Amino acid sequence: MEEISVRQETAAPLGSPEASFEPAIVAFVCNWCTYTAADLAGTARMVQSPNVRLIRMMCTGMVDPKYIIKALLSGADAVLVSGCHPGDCHYINGNYKARRRMKLLKEILPRFGIDERRLKLTWVGASEGNEFAATVNRFAAEIKELGPIDTRRLPLL
Amino acid sequence: MPSRIGVYVCHCGTNIAGRVDSAGVARFAAGLKNVVVARDYKFMCSDPGQDMIIKDIREMGLTRVVVASCSPRLHEKTFQKACQRGGINPFLFQMTCIREHCSWVVIDPTEATAKARTLVAAAVARVNYHDELYSRVESVHPDVLVVGGGIAGIQAALDIAKSGHKVHLVERGPSIGGHMAQFDKTFPTLDCAACISTPKMVAVAQETNINLMTLSEVVEVKGYVGNYTVRIRNNPRYVNQDLCTGCGLCMEKCPKKVPSEFEEGIGTRKAIHRNSPQSVPNTPVIDPSVCLQFVKGKCGACKKYCPSGAIDFEQQESFLEVQVGTIVLATGFDILDPGSLSQYGFGRYPEVYTGLQFERLNNAVGPTGGKIVMKNGRAPESVAILHCVGSRDANHHEYCSRVCCMYALKYDHLIKDKVGHHVRVFNFYIDMRCFGKGYEEFYRRVQEEGVTFIRGRPAEITDQAQSPEEEGKLVVVGEDTLLGRPVRLAVDMVVLCTAMEPRRDAAEVARIFGISQGQDGFFLEEHPKLGPVSTATDGIFLAGTCQGPKDIPDAVAHAAGGAGQALALAARGEVSISPTVSWINPDICVGCKICIGLCAYSAIEFDERRKVSVINEAMCKGCGSCAGHCPSGAAQVRHFNERQIFAELEGLLRPAPPALEPRVAEAAGPDVA
Repeated sequence: MEEISVRQETAAPLGSPEASFEPAIVAFVCNWCTYTAADLAGTARMVQSPNVRLIRMMCTGMVDPKYIIKALLSGADAVLVSGCHPGDCHYINGNYKARRRMKLLKEILPRFGIDERRLKLTWVGASEGNEFAATVNRFAAEIKELGPIDTRRLPLL
Repeated sequence: MPSRIGVYVCHCGTNIAGRVDSAGVARFAAGLKNVVVARDYKFMCSDPGQDMIIKDIREMGLTRVVVASCSPRLHEKTFQKACQRGGINPFLFQMTCIREHCSWVVIDPTEATAKARTLVAAAVARVNYHDELYSRVESVHPDVLVVGGGIAGIQAALDIAKSGHKVHLVERGPSIGGHMAQFDKTFPTLDCAACISTPKMVAVAQETNINLMTLSEVVEVKGYVGNYTVRIRNNPRYVNQDLCTGCGLCMEKCPKKVPSEFEEGIGTRKAIHRNSPQSVPNTPVIDPSVCLQFVKGKCGACKKYCPSGAIDFEQQESFLEVQVGTIVLATGFDILDPGSLSQYGFGRYPEVYTGLQFERLNNAVGPTGGKIVMKNGRAPESVAILHCVGSRDANHHEYCSRVCCMYALKYDHLIKDKVGHHVRVFNFYIDMRCFGKGYEEFYRRVQEEGVTFIRGRPAEITDQAQSPEEEGKLVVVGEDTLLGRPVRLAVDMVVLCTAMEPRRDAAEVARIFGISQGQDGFFLEEHPKLGPVSTATDGIFLAGTCQGPKDIPDAVAHAAGGAGQALALAARGEVSISPTVSWINPDICVGCKICIGLCAYSAIEFDERRKVSVINEAMCKGCGSCAGHCPSGAAQVRHFNERQIFAELEGLLRPAPPALEPRVAEAAGPDVA
């Protein structure tokens, strides 16, 4: 598990924007696998970056790409979509549909000036609490590295 | 009319309040739009906590409720019921998790409180857009379908039939009994498998509440929990079951001999055959792929000699439909074909057997009449038993097959018992897993009988002798990992404890019944611990090894559990169906039909008159595959619709808690989005 337990950034002065950058990350997670894994990670007290906030969906297959675009335009620096492992979907094959949609969306995002790394799709099964915590922390670190999204300068706006 | 929202922030003792300033979060919530009251309390799930909500709904006229506490997977139902008792629809409630996802995983109290505030803001924003929803109550057909007639299916069928409910038991093979009918003895009690399973098989045949259909397969399942229509194909037996007396003369006279599947290829059967005289039903079956009458168009020996005129070459396959309320799947397992592990020489060396072949070799009605002998007719002087063949192996199956250690011990004992104490028996094991009742004691007993245990997975089995003693023998080459030195062991016979694996057509069966498979290919249970017999599809339950490797006691217990679950529904006679399903707005739908192809449950139909797609709410599971794609946004999942998700997003991202994210607050001006 990669831990980012001690985070110096909050203590840094607001004057240096790079040091104080706290990304806002939205995670659309499926009720059956990743949300359960998040519960498990919580029960096991696995420290996670507070930047990631979950939105519970019943299945990743119901995550309309426009939810992701909406999140990115509303100020989220990145979006995580996470569901059951391939073959494990509670609804037979919703995660495959999500996988196709995310692949296409990742191709479209750069044309609007959004780095495709700001969207991530992962599979975290219900029993993988440690994997969930690691995913959250890894992704938060990646986005911190990437810096804030600048929706104000996006071409489509 | 704006909604009147009550927000309740839980302390959960110190579980939440230890990190999150619950009172501060409540004060923050009180300032949010449409919030009429915001309170914090030590234990919201307690009776006083719930009463607080009920009182506020009644006295302050709340129309929406938000609770910030533990995971909704724990207490969502509790609070929904409280809302209902207070007099508002349970779906006008939103729960947000500030324990598992916040206080327990964020160390810094300021950050934890900030995150909790964000989550509460999102829940408040979302709950504004919740709609009243009502569960539907559907009747449950009292009959039950059991698929598979192995020991699990038999147990489930008998349990259900005993309650007075009618059971349709569908078995693909010519007789019931499953793998257990192939066994000789069972561990650790050394009960004779036939002695304990045949009474159950006979009980199935005699039970008036069981409609036993052999040589039958389910080809289609339509409907939903409580109301399934199942289409079953009956394959021809070519022997009239009503006329046949089971005398067996036909099998004596049949001229065509082929390797027997029931004997795992080490014995033969005729073209007209049955597994054993104890088969249920004990009517033989003609295999048209080898029967001379079918292949060459002439023979008819069986017909000529049958004293009761039961042979009927004209039988055709037939189909029938049954109505059932619930379904129990007990389709069992296959064993791994060890041919894929070429280093062990299965198929190349005649004296390398699979576990099931050895079981037949042992069996009193098997090809050798229960004598453990080699192909040359002599008894083996030494036997090596290899555990974990294809199990616990990253190249084959990562899981443990759970039965091999124990049946290997059983073989150890039986070899010593039947062939003689002088026979040297070697077990190559990775770990001995003797976890069941009486299993460890049996392990001890076998150790005391002088069986050798060598820890290590053998590298290969070869017939290339390196010394005179190895001439004409099979040499097991490996490493004793406890002693840390290489081993070469010459033996007469090798038994491979091959892995249990999902049925080869498990994917097809999963598709027919609309259930999922896990990564290992076995059918996926609803919850690995608390829902081991139910599936994600309501009304369909699992029994036995179709869910994962099991020994007989576990398979029987699992089957009884599945039967109990199915009976609970059947006995109640009605089931409430969740209203959180999809809905296609006919005013927006353009009739592109994309959703119809996406639906994994065939729950969407096209209304030709109105030219729009329509959801069959009874079949819809609410996965939202249609809503996630619908180009016009006409398809929406109730309780997870676009407005609700957008509101939640906006609450989550704006206004941002100033302590944590100064930048987002700035970016969230009106010029964005």
